[in-house]
Amino acid sequence: MSGSTNIIAMKKVVQQLRFEAGINRVKVSQAAADLQQFCLQNAQQDPLLTGMSSSNNPFRPQKVCSFL
Amino acid sequence: KTSFNCIFNVSFSLRFKPFRRRPLPAQRKYMRSPLTPEMATQEVQLNETLAHLKTESETLKSKLEEERAKLHDVELHQVAEKVEGLGQFVMKTRRTLKGHGNKVLCMDWCKDKRRIVSSSQDGKVIVWDAFTTNKEHAVTMPCTWVMACAYAPSGCAVACGGLDNKCSVYPLSLDKNENLAAKKKSVAMHTNYLSACSFTNSDMQILTSSGDGTCALWDVESGQLLQSFHGHAADVLCLDLAPSETGNTFVSGGCDKKANVWDMRSGQCIQSFETHESDINSVRYYPSGDAFASGSDDATCRLYDLRADREVAIYSKESIIFGVSSVDFSLSGRLLFGGYNDYTINVWDVLKGTRVSILFGHENRVSTLRVSPDGTAFCTGSWDHTLRIWA
Repeated sequence: MSGSTNIIAMKKVVQQLRFEAGINRVKVSQAAADLQQFCLQNAQQDPLLTGMSSSNNPFRPQKVCSFL
Repeated sequence: KTSFNCIFNVSFSLRFKPFRRRPLPAQRKYMRSPLTPEMATQEVQLNETLAHLKTESETLKSKLEEERAKLHDVELHQVAEKVEGLGQFVMKTRRTLKGHGNKVLCMDWCKDKRRIVSSSQDGKVIVWDAFTTNKEHAVTMPCTWVMACAYAPSGCAVACGGLDNKCSVYPLSLDKNENLAAKKKSVAMHTNYLSACSFTNSDMQILTSSGDGTCALWDVESGQLLQSFHGHAADVLCLDLAPSETGNTFVSGGCDKKANVWDMRSGQCIQSFETHESDINSVRYYPSGDAFASGSDDATCRLYDLRADREVAIYSKESIIFGVSSVDFSLSGRLLFGGYNDYTINVWDVLKGTRVSILFGHENRVSTLRVSPDGTAFCTGSWDHTLRIWA
């Protein structure tokens, strides 16, 4: 009967919601501070952020060599 | 350009997605047939149980919102107020890869930081050397609209698929003359189009997402289905694996406006986020694995923190009205690059929530965007048939 199929589906929804409601969460202030810290710690190693010099970045045009 | 192309390009309001479906109906109608007294009682009991479950589901949803709201003590950009602002960025197209005969739909970098695989509406999958712009391999798929492609971690194979509902793996041969199509291996089988695929940490397993509303994990060698992921109510459009240090999870986004985080081993959905107002076209993990960004047809990118279990930032402007097709982070996670349907790339300061740059160059929608593995450049693919490398 389609009625019992609906019930099975709804039971799954309720089960999933119970699971999601029960997880541990941290405050946004804490989470945001951690995101920020990660950014700042790794900033120097981020070529697109710091703008690597042409000699290091394989995609940027290099100074042309001339044969003497 | 032919007039046909003009019609396609001119109408900005066309949100063309092949075979996109509406969310599945929540209930099927009861079949009409005469009820005996016993059946009538049974039906009443089932209705009561159903109503009871519905009430519980509503209560749980409110509780979930309450719990999330309790921890919402501050906004990300407020925490980041003291951080130094970013200066001007000079990012330009450094290479243009020409060779596809139609819209570029997807691309992926090789771990060697120079090779790229791309796939197109014309059924072609091409492997390029991004330094020299040379084409190294080309495969013609038996279908058009190859919406997904991925490079294997070893660099020795590529996976792709689309309207054929499959994901196939092609080992790359050193012999340029060898016919790659002959060695093709069909791995995944869905009941609708393949929207995205990704190898896991090795060449041995592939994760796929599909228009059939599911994601799935497959063993490449045997083609066996290892795990399937059910929970989206409509087409799944994108997925991204968590950085290896953070464990066995991945995030998916779909036409049901939801982004779901999944446990790869159990198949369970462990977290779900529904704040976008339209299809989610792209999801990408923050480099630390504690958050992920999404890009949507609602013209916004959003950042969701997994430990706070909520959205913590929206990247939008009133002047940006076209959908985001693809997002990716720079290496440190400070910059978020978004490819948009208005042909531009917007670069966002992830912490402060402001736009730091807008890049022009493509002559049609940007459909795919990935930062290179060492973060020195990013590549975009577009409906204008080209790929561009920016640095």
